[in-house]
Amino acid sequence: MPQVTLTVNGTKHTVEVEARTLLVEALRETLRLTGTHVGCDTSQCGACVVHMGGDSVKSCTILAVQCEGSDITTIEGLAAADGTLHPMQEAFREYHALQCGFCTPGMVMSAIDLVNKHPDGMTEQQIREGLEGNLCRCTGYHNIVKAIAAAQDVMHGRVSELARAAAE
Amino acid sequence: MNVVTPFEGIGASLRRKEDFRFLQGRGQYVDDINRPGQTHAVMLRSPHAHATIDRIDTAAARAMPGVKAIFVGEDMAAEAIGGIPCGWQIHNKDGSPMAEPMHPALALGKVRHVGDPVAVVIAETKAQARDAAEAILVAYTPLPAVSGTEAALKPGAPQVHEAAAGNLCYDWHIGDKAAQEAAFARAARVVKFETTNNRLVPNAMEPRAAIGDFDAFSGDYTLYTTSQNPHVIRLLMGAFVLHIPESKLRVVAPDVGGGFGSKIYHYAEEAIVTWAAGKVKRPIKWTCERSESFMSDAHGRDHVSTAELALDAEGKILGLKVHTLANMGAYLSTFAPCVPTYLYATLLSGVYATPVIYAEVKAVFTNTVPVDAYRGAGRPEATYLLERLMDVAAAEAGLDKVEFRRRNFIRPDQFPYQTPVALQYDSGDYHATLAMALEAADWAGFEGRRAAAKAQGRLRGIGISTYVEACGIAPSAVVGSLGARAGLYEVGTIRVHPTGSVTVLTGAHSHGQGHETTFAQLVADKLGVPTANVDIVHGDTAKVPFGMGTYGSRSLAVGGSAMDKAMDKIIAKGKRIAAHLMEASVEDVEFERGTFRVAGTDRTKSLTDISLAAYVPHNYPIDEIEPGLEETAFYDPKNFTYPGGCHICEVEIDPDTGRTTVVNFTAVDDVGRVINPMIVEGQVQGGIAQGIGQALLEAAVYDASGQLLSGSFMDYTMPRAGDLPDVGVATHTTLCTHNPLGVKGCGEVGAIGSPPAVMNAVVDALRDYGVRHVEMPATPQKIWGIVNAHRIAAE
Repeated sequence: MPQVTLTVNGTKHTVEVEARTLLVEALRETLRLTGTHVGCDTSQCGACVVHMGGDSVKSCTILAVQCEGSDITTIEGLAAADGTLHPMQEAFREYHALQCGFCTPGMVMSAIDLVNKHPDGMTEQQIREGLEGNLCRCTGYHNIVKAIAAAQDVMHGRVSELARAAAE
Repeated sequence: MNVVTPFEGIGASLRRKEDFRFLQGRGQYVDDINRPGQTHAVMLRSPHAHATIDRIDTAAARAMPGVKAIFVGEDMAAEAIGGIPCGWQIHNKDGSPMAEPMHPALALGKVRHVGDPVAVVIAETKAQARDAAEAILVAYTPLPAVSGTEAALKPGAPQVHEAAAGNLCYDWHIGDKAAQEAAFARAARVVKFETTNNRLVPNAMEPRAAIGDFDAFSGDYTLYTTSQNPHVIRLLMGAFVLHIPESKLRVVAPDVGGGFGSKIYHYAEEAIVTWAAGKVKRPIKWTCERSESFMSDAHGRDHVSTAELALDAEGKILGLKVHTLANMGAYLSTFAPCVPTYLYATLLSGVYATPVIYAEVKAVFTNTVPVDAYRGAGRPEATYLLERLMDVAAAEAGLDKVEFRRRNFIRPDQFPYQTPVALQYDSGDYHATLAMALEAADWAGFEGRRAAAKAQGRLRGIGISTYVEACGIAPSAVVGSLGARAGLYEVGTIRVHPTGSVTVLTGAHSHGQGHETTFAQLVADKLGVPTANVDIVHGDTAKVPFGMGTYGSRSLAVGGSAMDKAMDKIIAKGKRIAAHLMEASVEDVEFERGTFRVAGTDRTKSLTDISLAAYVPHNYPIDEIEPGLEETAFYDPKNFTYPGGCHICEVEIDPDTGRTTVVNFTAVDDVGRVINPMIVEGQVQGGIAQGIGQALLEAAVYDASGQLLSGSFMDYTMPRAGDLPDVGVATHTTLCTHNPLGVKGCGEVGAIGSPPAVMNAVVDALRDYGVRHVEMPATPQKIWGIVNAHRIAAE
């Protein structure tokens, strides 16, 4: 079986996988990092989103062997070692942006990448459009949008009108 | 030390306790569990809607790498494994029972819908199991199929079951037909309205999964499953399918990623992996793929209805007549028969003082996935029918749609209100929720917004829905007389530990509702124990004494009330212990939020003093009171609860593309006492998203041959963030009069109240086109077709 070397959440792993193994399968089954979820089989739902070299990818849509030598961050790798949550995680909690929690890991990983790619900030409409690749069946997205609006200001080191409005 | 902050009790928007694990990837869903020695199962499913199985050749598949076993229907039948049972028996008009054909876990001789499981392959890895499943050769002879609800009853329609002549499951009615006919005879106007309630796929984001585990040493079975009600699964699967006593069967439903009804039911795959684990003596995991979910999770809705409303000259309702066809799919799912009857027809009075109602419901079998309760279960179908009918009737009678509703509302002074269709509403104030919603939505200013939109070439419409629904289905004796094969109480255990922390065992199950927070708030409020010291345990039959699970917005109203009763018992016992310790009479001991006090004195004992004394009974009235501080209550409600309210939707339609955009949505709901406003708002917003999805986007579409055309997220339009508006949510409270918490339920109001508000807005937007009705979902294609036909006609 092919070997693949990945750095996941800062730890280097060399694992043997079948050639057809998806990245999400390697994470969940081989490395037992079950925070990354699988919600569909057509690359639509985004529950499996992780970061690869800092960019969000749907880990159900890339083979593990394609990730040779790459740096992967999953939901398990976001909080600081002392347990301090990432600002996006904190915002999701504060704004009640999750219910059943199943879409949440992918939603949080997508949201962080979205914020990182928009250093000038996003409007509510931009956030909604930016979540095109992530499905949530519980929240109606209302509070997810508010959480991302608030988190982007923390991540960019500012407080905007949007965050103030969301906080009200 | 128990120090409770006042912000943690009832009414606090406490941030959720469960979020820490979900936000860090530490939730534990079924597919996250791996048992030692685990194997993997893949189901081979029918590609045909209806066919005989002539031969199954598994020889090549058995020889594939890693394959441990392959089983087909005959293997289970040979061991007298039972069919998947139905939990509710409806009786026909003539008193005879409904048709209830056998539902084998693995198909026996015939398949009846696309996705019907035919064989299970168990292998060392999932990939090996999948490879082997593809190597099984099944010889089918396809048969004519029927998928449409109306088509099923047509003469000559293909027969789904030999045991259900004419595809009729039941022909049921409720109400007084003679009184209805008399009311119609003296009516000034009768308004007739026909509609289809579109079939939906629940699509909880976590696909179903199950792990069967057999312990050869003890002979015990364990099933880990994505269930909303593990005790019910243990009861149904143990007693009716696998014949395993409850004492030898443990069912665990850990973190579950959404349910919306679809994870209530006992599914074939649960029985298959549990039974097969006993055969292969290894744990077996099965995890559904999304395309499998589409063709194996129970669908929702799928009604075809005709309603007639009789009005007097002043626009007062004299009577209502309804005829409904309900699609059951190929087999009867656990609750399916009660959805279009006791959860639907009993709600046809809505918020209106309708003197007489007569409703007939026929349920039919088709070659489609079974249909069962989906968020709201019968009440969305009733509310949609009524609230569209109210708009149509107001228009035909030349009345303002708000005034017409108000004129027919049940008034606050009429509660308790007995409807002509069995329910007795205990409380509500429909005038108040209407007034609040009209103001919040700026109803009065709408025509200005319509004109502004028109000036920009867009069609703007406003729609209203005023609704009531029924939650916490009960009491057991009544539902039993109506055909339920189970009780509908709930169980709560309060375990106060020696040093004062509390474990709550509840038969309710949380799959997004935030029970670990809300229930802890109940304890904080009543016992004065901080929520950080309260643990909520649910979802495991080995830990929780019993329970009926979570559906029908029952967890707080029924499960919370059970906890409240158990806490009453804790306080009563604590008072006796406190009386002994403080050398006072029990009657003189008061309890408030963690402190026992001798009335009128400064002598006090904390709950922790009492729990320590109860477990370390050195100075203790041991002859009178048993040690320990743990109490269990079974709570069987006296009635349903009746949340209600008003939803107002504003849409804009782009006539060039037919796209409908929800621009404003206002909800004012009466859910009774609110424990955690943040969680209630989230529940309402989520329900409204599903309601808007039903109204504008979602439809499970079968072609005439029974193939599911909308079988993936590429084809079935799930609402995405860009499809939905900001939703304004408010509450107005009247208390439930018959449960100790005064709560009603908030899980389904959004999905019940919203679809007609959206569709009334769509029809209103198209009013210049002379449109009387638009069927859900109002897709761009459909709306563009209406607009374009009008344009052509005008030219």
